[in-house]
Amino acid sequence: MSKRRTERLLSIVVLLLSTRRYLTAEEIRAAVLGYPDEHEAFKRMFERDKEELRDLGIPLETGLNNAFDEEPGYRIKKQDYELPEIRLEADEAAALGIASRVWQSAALAGAAAGALLKLKAAAVPGLPQDEDDDKQHPGIEPRLTTQEPAFGPLWEAVRDRRPVTFLHHAPGRTDPTKRELEPWGVVNRRGRWYVAGYDRTRDAPRVFRLSRITSPVKMAGPAGSVTVPPGADVRELVKDWDRSPARDQTAVLKVRAGAGFRLRRWAAEIAPDETGWDRVTVSFADVPWYADYLASFGPDVIVLEPPDLREAVIRRLKGVLA
Amino acid sequence: MVTSSERLRRLLALVPYVVRRKSVSLSEAAAAFGMTERELIDDLNLAWCVELKAPEPYCPIDLSYEGGEITISQAESIARPLRLAADEASALLVALRMLAEVPGDSSAVARLIAKIEAAAGASGAASSQVATIQSDSPNVRDLAAKITAARTAGKRIHLRYYVPSRDEATERDVDPMRLLAVEGHAYVEGWCRRAEGVRLFRLDRVLDLQVLDVPLEVPDEAEARDVDAGLFQASESDERVELELAPAARWVVEDWPCESVTELGEGRLRAVLRTPDTRWVRGLALRLGEDARVVAPARLADEVRAAAVEALAAYT
Repeated sequence: MSKRRTERLLSIVVLLLSTRRYLTAEEIRAAVLGYPDEHEAFKRMFERDKEELRDLGIPLETGLNNAFDEEPGYRIKKQDYELPEIRLEADEAAALGIASRVWQSAALAGAAAGALLKLKAAAVPGLPQDEDDDKQHPGIEPRLTTQEPAFGPLWEAVRDRRPVTFLHHAPGRTDPTKRELEPWGVVNRRGRWYVAGYDRTRDAPRVFRLSRITSPVKMAGPAGSVTVPPGADVRELVKDWDRSPARDQTAVLKVRAGAGFRLRRWAAEIAPDETGWDRVTVSFADVPWYADYLASFGPDVIVLEPPDLREAVIRRLKGVLA
Repeated sequence: MVTSSERLRRLLALVPYVVRRKSVSLSEAAAAFGMTERELIDDLNLAWCVELKAPEPYCPIDLSYEGGEITISQAESIARPLRLAADEASALLVALRMLAEVPGDSSAVARLIAKIEAAAGASGAASSQVATIQSDSPNVRDLAAKITAARTAGKRIHLRYYVPSRDEATERDVDPMRLLAVEGHAYVEGWCRRAEGVRLFRLDRVLDLQVLDVPLEVPDEAEARDVDAGLFQASESDERVELELAPAARWVVEDWPCESVTELGEGRLRAVLRTPDTRWVRGLALRLGEDARVVAPARLADEVRAAAVEALAAYT
């Protein structure tokens, strides 16, 4: 079945590309093999075919040939269909090969592979990408993974400018909250995906980490109903979202000799203390966060100063025993 | 099994691909499209069989693959590839912009971005709504440049490398195989002479790097890891660790790959993870304090408590 369907779809593309006139559904049926005789069955099949062609990005145009026509017809304009002429230098072709392997998510990996095939088809023959797709690239090869189920629908919502709803569970909260968002963009920052947009629930711009979306993402409006305000910069929104504060406080720690390698690496000063211990001076940003971090070293790190950091570490350790 | 629309998409690229090259061997075309020769022949037959009945019956596509060489003598209106769809243009442009951001020579990437933007037209517009932010430190950029140079020159490298699970520095000789940026970090993958195996080294954990005057030599059995399945690959011998997390500790399951995560209600989670070395879990449990409980293994729960008791003793 699939073979005949592909054949039929290919016939429609060839037919509509070669006509300057709009062809009606009936004219298409007359020219293309494989449509049923029964009218309703044909209409249903033709509707599905049109949808499939449009999903592939084929610019199916609808129109009337003259004012007397009652039924609209279809055609495909060559200049809308064809990929413009593109010439690639050898190094550009190599970069194209690497770029086509960046996406690891099902949806966009397929899209990138599709783009690569078209560009390969269009490119001047004899370019190295024909033979050297797997040639070793000396520089860094980036990879983008999207394990979060929310990525697919959010990308579609952003692309089609549609609002969405979802449940978002922030750390520290006992329950998720329902959000209605006009998404402006999705951003990958240090390997993590975020969506930024206008939160209708909170009446303000907001950023959400995709891994904290706990429900399916649902479309909450038609395509084109979201306007991204001019000047909205999703990159900056996400950068601001968890910008690391300045390390403007200083701690003095007793660190067991041979332990706390991570701490020593960033230390401002390391001096010997009593036998088996060093005194390490290090800068930090935030007492609660840094206290958690220091608690992870257990008995290898003891906070001497400041007192509030010392108290916070003691509280954390007592919590373990609670 | 490919769907009919995937197959159509492939055919609409295959025909122009052959037309552009005038003649191309079955094996070369099959490799370029990532299919078997059998599948390729099926596709060619399908295109050749296309027939229009009206107004005059005719076959718009004429081709031959006699002697293993494909030629297309008539391709009519589909001799040129279809334009890039919005998803295709966006996927490629986002990937290229990311490639332009990672350390390395990006002049070819910048030229390619301009060409693809021009070719994609409006289809590429949505790509500006997807951004990637790499924030590699100057140190990481410098290391990446050194490793690229070593690979180009065919030299082995020596690393002083920090191992966080053991909180110590190690010395290793490595034959670099490739550089990767995955999940927000840059890595060098290479044959580690000490472990006698393929290892990934995160560049921000490299404390020192020297290019050795020894030829780079990757053994034949060295196989690149499938990083795309996730950087962390649990093994059978790994220990199973079960944690119960309070709402404030929910972030743990975002930052560590878990075998399973179960909502326990009230925002609490049960997380099961596997690890070859439980030392880091002890540190994690200590930092989470009352927001986490080690459910299993019991030995680890005892270790965490003992470490907390010992640490508290130092404060009294």
